[in-house]
Amino acid sequence: MQSEALEGGFPDAPVDAARAFRAAMNAMARPGRIETLAGAVPPAPLSAAAGALILTLCDPETPMHLAGGLDVAGVRDWITFHTGAPLVGPAEAVFAVGQWADLQPLDGYRIGTSEYPDRSATLIVEMPELAPQGAVLTGPGIKESTRLSLPDVAAMRRNAALFPLGIDFFLTSQDRVAALPRSTRVEDN
Amino acid sequence: MSDYNFAYLDEQTKRMIRRAILKGLAVPGYQVPFASREMPMPYGWGTGGVQVSAATLTPEDRFKVIDQGADDTTNAVSIRKFFERTAGVEVTEETEAATIIQTRHRIPEAPLSEDQILVYQVPIPEPLRFLEPRETETRKMHSLEEYGLMHVKLYEDISQHGAIATAYAYPVKVEGRYVMDPSPIPKFDNPKLADCPAIQLFGAGREQRIYALPPYSDVVSLDFEDHPFEASKADHPCDLCGARDSYLDEVITDDRGGRMFVCSDTDYCRTRQAQGHLGAQLAAKQEGAA
Amino acid sequence: MYVAVKGGERAIDNAHAWLAEERRGDPTVPELSVAQIREQMALAVNRVMTEGSLYDPDLAALAIKQARGDLIEAIFLIRAYRTTLPRFGSSVPVKTAEMACERRISATFKDAPGGQVLGPTFDYTHRLLDFKLAAEGETPTAPEGEARREPTPHITGFLNREGLIQTEDESGETPPDLTREPMELPAARALRLQALTRGDEGFVLGLAYSTQRGYARNHAFVGELRIGTVAVEMDIPELGFAIEIGEITVTECESVNQFKGSKTEPPQFTRGYGLVFGQTERKAISMALVDRALRWKELGEDDQGAPAQDEEFVLMHCDNIQATGFLEHIKLPHYVDFQSELELVRKLRRAAGAEEVKEAAQ
Repeated sequence: MQSEALEGGFPDAPVDAARAFRAAMNAMARPGRIETLAGAVPPAPLSAAAGALILTLCDPETPMHLAGGLDVAGVRDWITFHTGAPLVGPAEAVFAVGQWADLQPLDGYRIGTSEYPDRSATLIVEMPELAPQGAVLTGPGIKESTRLSLPDVAAMRRNAALFPLGIDFFLTSQDRVAALPRSTRVEDN
Repeated sequence: MSDYNFAYLDEQTKRMIRRAILKGLAVPGYQVPFASREMPMPYGWGTGGVQVSAATLTPEDRFKVIDQGADDTTNAVSIRKFFERTAGVEVTEETEAATIIQTRHRIPEAPLSEDQILVYQVPIPEPLRFLEPRETETRKMHSLEEYGLMHVKLYEDISQHGAIATAYAYPVKVEGRYVMDPSPIPKFDNPKLADCPAIQLFGAGREQRIYALPPYSDVVSLDFEDHPFEASKADHPCDLCGARDSYLDEVITDDRGGRMFVCSDTDYCRTRQAQGHLGAQLAAKQEGAA
Repeated sequence: MYVAVKGGERAIDNAHAWLAEERRGDPTVPELSVAQIREQMALAVNRVMTEGSLYDPDLAALAIKQARGDLIEAIFLIRAYRTTLPRFGSSVPVKTAEMACERRISATFKDAPGGQVLGPTFDYTHRLLDFKLAAEGETPTAPEGEARREPTPHITGFLNREGLIQTEDESGETPPDLTREPMELPAARALRLQALTRGDEGFVLGLAYSTQRGYARNHAFVGELRIGTVAVEMDIPELGFAIEIGEITVTECESVNQFKGSKTEPPQFTRGYGLVFGQTERKAISMALVDRALRWKELGEDDQGAPAQDEEFVLMHCDNIQATGFLEHIKLPHYVDFQSELELVRKLRRAAGAEEVKEAAQ
């Protein structure tokens, strides 16, 4: 294990994680809203926001899937050291992180069951950028409607159609995060 | 208490609760099971709300706790003190100044804002529990969206009493999908659940459930076309501040039938009095003193 | 003129101060030490450890002292403390077959290898108040025998050899942890047993008694009751093997129950199981009976609708910390809800009154 795996965690975990969670919760509660998520310095190519989400939410109880370019030794070691989350394939993952293309196909992840819709995966999608433009979002958490740059509108609509089952998404770019839960209705602009 | 972690709970417990909160927000009104911990206060006294607050608080927050709408009821005092001690957060009694409000049995009268989080203490999170005591059955009913039993119960009330005989913990339907227990708030408060700019989180410790309403959620109190839902309260103005729009407590003042009605939301009442609003009894008293 | 009640904080502080004074009692009477409680109230300590799920006689004794002898309150203190403890790992299952027994009895055989050992039991005491105990200074001694060197075999093992009792195969699975995962029903037996061990002694006793009186009667005998010390071992990954980290006293009960057999199985005995910390035999026996009653489904028996067969009823109500919290919370203010009902009842009565007036007028 490289020594950099030991670095880049939250300097003051209880407080940093509390602040990061607030940003993550605000994002999930208000789909489309872009929040800042700082505090973590993960190894490349993991973004600061994705790193903070992982430190805040993942631990030995949450199997994780690293997709594509993120499945590299530096990231694996960092996650293992800081969270202890077991690294697994998509089907067992509680969290998965990667670029949109690498995370495909979406039907490989858990979407919950009708009795336990919460037992579904949360995907952390690394985006080149995040902007309040593009697809039109409506639904719980959104006053009237809002816009967010989504990687694939059709796929998000198919996911929303599964409600109350489905996957929930965090979209991350550098130190910014937005979320798209399954409850959000998505329209092309 | 300084030996304990920030906001009392250990980090792994907080992560588990935080994950449950996020899934609750993603599926509004659905009760997410969580491994509720044994807290240093009894089950039934707000352990669910306390765990949700503990997982949500940051050092920058201003925390308010109300029980029955009041900041000074003993259990509210006790919970407020717990977080003052374990999280070092600033506390307030002003609804508008608070960023997190933990509540038992009321929604504050002052409209909430986007920057606020309302945390409810929930005794029995299952709205169908009194119709069907078995968790194994009610879970099935939710999964199949089988809420006929609830409508039958409400309709039986109407045929027996001429009205729906549920005055608090009045069931609601969230986003057209899950029937949800709003916690034992008086039905007067039900309309405030809907279209609320704040995040609403519900924690049931003993029953190990967390659920949530994202801001601006669609929340409808169950009713019938010929018997529409009615948010009711005592038909009086507040005797201290004169408010006509607030939920009132009836206070017995003597043993000869004397009584008065006062706002259950103590901050709302105090704020109005400070603004110069006077209720009948307070006005009479001031006149007497003058 | 009504003035809203203020000063909740001072009221709480004063209540706590008064409580502390009452806890100490008459200051002219010497104060109890934790060691005295640990040594002389050992059965209370055992119950607190069992239902508190924490093996620490000193802490349990402290909790009893702090709780003024209210054992449920003491269990609560232990549970709340336990949740804050970091976890270093899990032990390997304790080997009760290797227990150094202080007491070991079987009701199903007159004698068996290892013998019937009464041990320190109330069983044959005549329940006559011993006024000598009211006087101080007695240090009784008991005659000593030869300690048995070889392990005491389990009684059910003898039945096992003949195929007369259902075998319980080791699944090798890691059991779920009731304190770390939300209860999910239907529950596996491992989860049920955990819940029963932590369950309220009185509640579990009452349920067990109900099975004896015919509510899902399962014809239980105490196949074996054994009390003694067992080693606790933990796997140390760095070493690659398990090492002993300590010793605990436990009570184990295996009940032997009649079983009629089914279409696929010839008649055979079955068992119920109880395991608790310390010498807590009433609880261990009760637990075994309730465990057996809850096994109706896997053994292909009829659901008689008895409370002890109802897994959800038993598991959701056996925890005295949950029960007492929720029961006692009704003394918290509920005046907002009460007010809403008051308004509703008044309104319904007004409506009913108006209806009567209308009818009378017609």
